[in-house]
Amino acid sequence: MTEEEVIQAVKDIIQTVAPDEDVSGLDPDVRLREQIDLDSMDFLDIVMELRKLYGVQVPEEDYKELATLASCVRYLHPKLSAKQLALRV
Amino acid sequence: MPELARIVLTGVGLAAPNGSSLPEFRESLLSGRSGVSSYEIRHVGKTQAGVCGYDALRYQSKKDLRRGTRAGSIAVYCANEAVRDAGLDLAAYDAARIGVFPGITEHGNVETEHEIHEVAKYGFDLSFWSHHHNPRTVANNPAGEVTLNLGLKGPAYCLGGACAAGNLGLIHGAQLLRLGEIDLALAGGVSESIRTFGIFASFAAEGALARHEDPARASRPFDKARNGIVVAEGGCLFALERLEDARARGARIYAELLGHCVNSDGTDFVLPDPAGQNACIRGALKSARLAAHEIDLVSTHATSTPSGDAVEARVVREVFGDGPRTYVNNTKSFIGHAMGAAGALELAGNLPSLTDGVVHPTINVDELDPECAIKNLVTNAPLSVGRVDTILNMSFGMLGINSAVVVGNVRS
Repeated sequence: MTEEEVIQAVKDIIQTVAPDEDVSGLDPDVRLREQIDLDSMDFLDIVMELRKLYGVQVPEEDYKELATLASCVRYLHPKLSAKQLALRV
Repeated sequence: MPELARIVLTGVGLAAPNGSSLPEFRESLLSGRSGVSSYEIRHVGKTQAGVCGYDALRYQSKKDLRRGTRAGSIAVYCANEAVRDAGLDLAAYDAARIGVFPGITEHGNVETEHEIHEVAKYGFDLSFWSHHHNPRTVANNPAGEVTLNLGLKGPAYCLGGACAAGNLGLIHGAQLLRLGEIDLALAGGVSESIRTFGIFASFAAEGALARHEDPARASRPFDKARNGIVVAEGGCLFALERLEDARARGARIYAELLGHCVNSDGTDFVLPDPAGQNACIRGALKSARLAAHEIDLVSTHATSTPSGDAVEARVVREVFGDGPRTYVNNTKSFIGHAMGAAGALELAGNLPSLTDGVVHPTINVDELDPECAIKNLVTNAPLSVGRVDTILNMSFGMLGINSAVVVGNVRS
């Protein structure tokens, strides 16, 4: 996966977790929770989808790394570079 | 006993397999339109069920639906529809004095089965078990989802009563209104049971799951060829108020709750006891201060099982005998068995009789089983009987729970 694909993977997961939101225009440098309605249960959903779709385990101490799209890419790209972008269902 | 406050039904919100509002549902019951269709569920395969087509996004977002349960979604839809139908302005109430009381047959099986199938995909690694599992499966889930949706602060919980549950919410709401603990109740029953394979498999194991090549003809209470239950989903919540409050706000009143009874057979896990059913119906009549011959319409519970229908028919004959103007019908022939919602939906579909004097039939009676012969059983076509002032609605469930309510036109 390229960095662009990692962004797409995270956006796809956010769209699944928050299906009423428009994720196309998310600012990569602004905290996700300031841009769309995401609470702590949604956040756990995002972590769960990363686990289910890509086998990535995000330990609780690393949750802060998922605050923005840009920080997601920094944190997830090394873990996802060898994986294929999952098709949205 | 002190004179109790009179309780009235002023709103109906419902989701039935053949109608998503009372007018739609009633029209289906008068025109013979079944809500049972072909249905497939994992492990069971092809079967039939009553599936609802209400607009789940009318009162909830996609995220609400994703996070919650089908029973919660049904309850939220019914609660909003009941409030709207009753012409209620919830802002005019103290939110802490509004209660929500859905009856449920069971809750949590759907969600638990789903999670087990999810973790099975990952070798039962429980790090894949959802954090949503507990809030989805707690027994107050459907009631609680209504409070979240409407911002209510009062008592809200479910009444678990197997297939007798559909009357329990109504009875409990009325009791809290009479105690003065609440000013408004949204009460009835809900069911998501068609989404658990276990309920189909268990009925099949008991030899009590209906089989018919035409789904619309599978649920056939009192018919000689009946062979079991059609499982259905659905819900119905009534807006309940004290009569004086309803009159003060100029509300349209569907009916007054005249009496009720809940009792137990105390005899068997699954087999009905005619003595217990008889006592329940007589208890409801006594509570309503009415004689059997003063009931104009009896809404039966019959689920289309060979033994259950025969027992119930016997009880109806015992209690109502030859009453010349007591008519009898059944709703499960149209929609199947909506479990916790059944009693509430069955009462709702009959409420219009109090104004139009028409009794909807029980359909699919091609050959009446002589064991199920009941005087004035209305079969296959609606019957205009002139005047319906009182309805007795009964529901019975496993572990021998029986419930009956009597409603009627408000007398001055």
